[in-house]
Amino acid sequence: MAKPKEKILEIKELKRHFKVDRKNVLKAVDGLTFDIYKGETFGLVGESGCGKSTAGRTIMGLYQATDGEVAFKGASVHAKKSKKQLKELTRSMQMIFQDPYASLNPRMTVKDIIAEGIDIHGLAKTKKEREDRVIELLETVGLNAEHANRYPHEFSGGQRQRIGIARALAVDPDFIVADEPISALDVSIQAQVVNLLKKLQKERGLTYLFIAHDLSMVKHISDRVGVMYLGNMVEISTSEELYEEPLHPYTQALLSAIPMADPQVERTRERIILEGDVPSPINPPSGCPFRTRCPMAMEICSKAVPQFIEHKKDHWVACHLYGDKK
Amino acid sequence: MKKILSVKDLSVNFETYKAEVQAVRKVSFDLHEEETLAIVGESGSGKSVTAQSIMRLIPMPPGKFVSGSIEFNGEDLIEKSEKQMESIRGKEIGMIFQDPMTSLNPTMTIGKQIAEGLIKHQNMSKKEAHLRGVELLKLVGIPNPEKRIKQYPHEFSGGMRQRAMIAIALACNPKILIADEPTTALDVTIQAQILDLMKGLQKETGTAIILITHDLGVVANAAHRVAVMYGGKIVETGSVDEIFYNPRHPYTWGLLGSMPKLDNHDEELKAIPGSPPDLSDPPQGCPFAARCPYAMKACSTQMPEYFELSETQKTACWLLDERAPKVEPPEFVNVGGLKVNG
Repeated sequence: MAKPKEKILEIKELKRHFKVDRKNVLKAVDGLTFDIYKGETFGLVGESGCGKSTAGRTIMGLYQATDGEVAFKGASVHAKKSKKQLKELTRSMQMIFQDPYASLNPRMTVKDIIAEGIDIHGLAKTKKEREDRVIELLETVGLNAEHANRYPHEFSGGQRQRIGIARALAVDPDFIVADEPISALDVSIQAQVVNLLKKLQKERGLTYLFIAHDLSMVKHISDRVGVMYLGNMVEISTSEELYEEPLHPYTQALLSAIPMADPQVERTRERIILEGDVPSPINPPSGCPFRTRCPMAMEICSKAVPQFIEHKKDHWVACHLYGDKK
Repeated sequence: MKKILSVKDLSVNFETYKAEVQAVRKVSFDLHEEETLAIVGESGSGKSVTAQSIMRLIPMPPGKFVSGSIEFNGEDLIEKSEKQMESIRGKEIGMIFQDPMTSLNPTMTIGKQIAEGLIKHQNMSKKEAHLRGVELLKLVGIPNPEKRIKQYPHEFSGGMRQRAMIAIALACNPKILIADEPTTALDVTIQAQILDLMKGLQKETGTAIILITHDLGVVANAAHRVAVMYGGKIVETGSVDEIFYNPRHPYTWGLLGSMPKLDNHDEELKAIPGSPPDLSDPPQGCPFAARCPYAMKACSTQMPEYFELSETQKTACWLLDERAPKVEPPEFVNVGGLKVNG
């Protein structure tokens, strides 16, 4: 595959705030700027509560943006649209959810679940065509025609996640947001689903936004990775470089915290163990959001918000350690 | 080191509307002082039921002990009455659960929940228990314990709650600590804190730990010995080095292969095809036979016996029989443990 550099998605200063009560606002996503290129997998990682799922949902248009802009193939996702335009948008962007138990309607058969998008977008003219398409999709994700008339409760977690993937594929999308698609599954099943996602990407030229907290899986599947902390992007780079040469102290700590399946490495490894917990996004620290737990925090960190700069080619970081220090 | 717990031929069934589920089938293992034994396996492999059986926390019915014994201090825990168990739980054997939110009592302060065991088992006064509680919270690394002890679980973050739960479990200096997926619900940076804490406390107190997890990274980090469970049985057991560098069971190979590695990219993960067996009608032979790429005829009809590969490593697989074809572990298994990449 040649270097795909065509932008499919441009995200600029995206913000999503939630009103908690009369006085307080929770800034779940507070100014994200990044692009996703056609045909790539962009991994979004961070700890729970960092805003990665909110970011995914806002990009999809499931949440209205508080501020900022998301452009999908040049057209704004959040701008007012006619029914027809909206349909076109929802057809080309799809989502795979985390919980394969909660995201399938228990009262619908697998066939109807998968065909829902086909019906809405009128992609099948006859009943026969609809049926064929469902069977083809089931086979693509490693299930078979017999499964079409069953209900979700008859399937295991891994199989349900395959149904969720078939549903997303049904409308032939270009871009799929996968929000923790494997974290509810067992290790041996996780590998099956990840391999399937990779295979589908190769065959159909899909673009993924892969949201997860499991850094080793994200490294495995992604071309580029963005690291979020408290609603902000702290670092973006190609996955190779991010893991070999992490710049931001948070990324470094996060990587050193992953336990590796190798006892000798574990015995000799030096860990950066972060103190304390993630601060509340209702009342985030001044300056750099990470400064309260950062082992390298300086005076300036509490005063100024670090700019998100391109420290090296394709390697962006928001930290006062890099760029112009004052 | 001295043996303190010995589980022999333990079988636990659950009566369900449909059929009797054989959740744990003839499981045997020992636990020694000052060691951490990890029990790994997927959901439904019987690892949690094994742990809960030791604490006698299995509701009966629908559960029942079919066979076996759990020997602790020379006595069989299965024979104990509920009353006798109450003086063992919390005092001799402590337990940490996966989800710190649902396993702490939301209507009681943290202090009260720590004091509960101290007052009951060690005849402390309320005041003594309170002071000891502050000490314990300090021990598990909770800042400003005097204030925190008066708070309720909802005022704690996830990592803090897990720390508080460890404090409760350790309050009476138990000889054994059972940790059932203690870090699964936590973020990686918090997970690293908790694993560090548990290792540190073990060094100080000498408590033996049974660590139940599905995360091989956590196992490599924290365990001394490992038992791999599949389909209600222990299929392989050994020291942590033996399991990671010289595994002999194809299921262990599969588990190791399905973990992504940080130092190689673009390679397809070695997924194990299929899904685990239905334990309401367990296969007659090896539980892994249906998913095993090396399965032979004997595998589906006869449960393999344990082949002793070393003093510590035992593996239940017919491939180790002298009549079986010689099969070497696949390349991705890091035999010998030599790692080129630093």
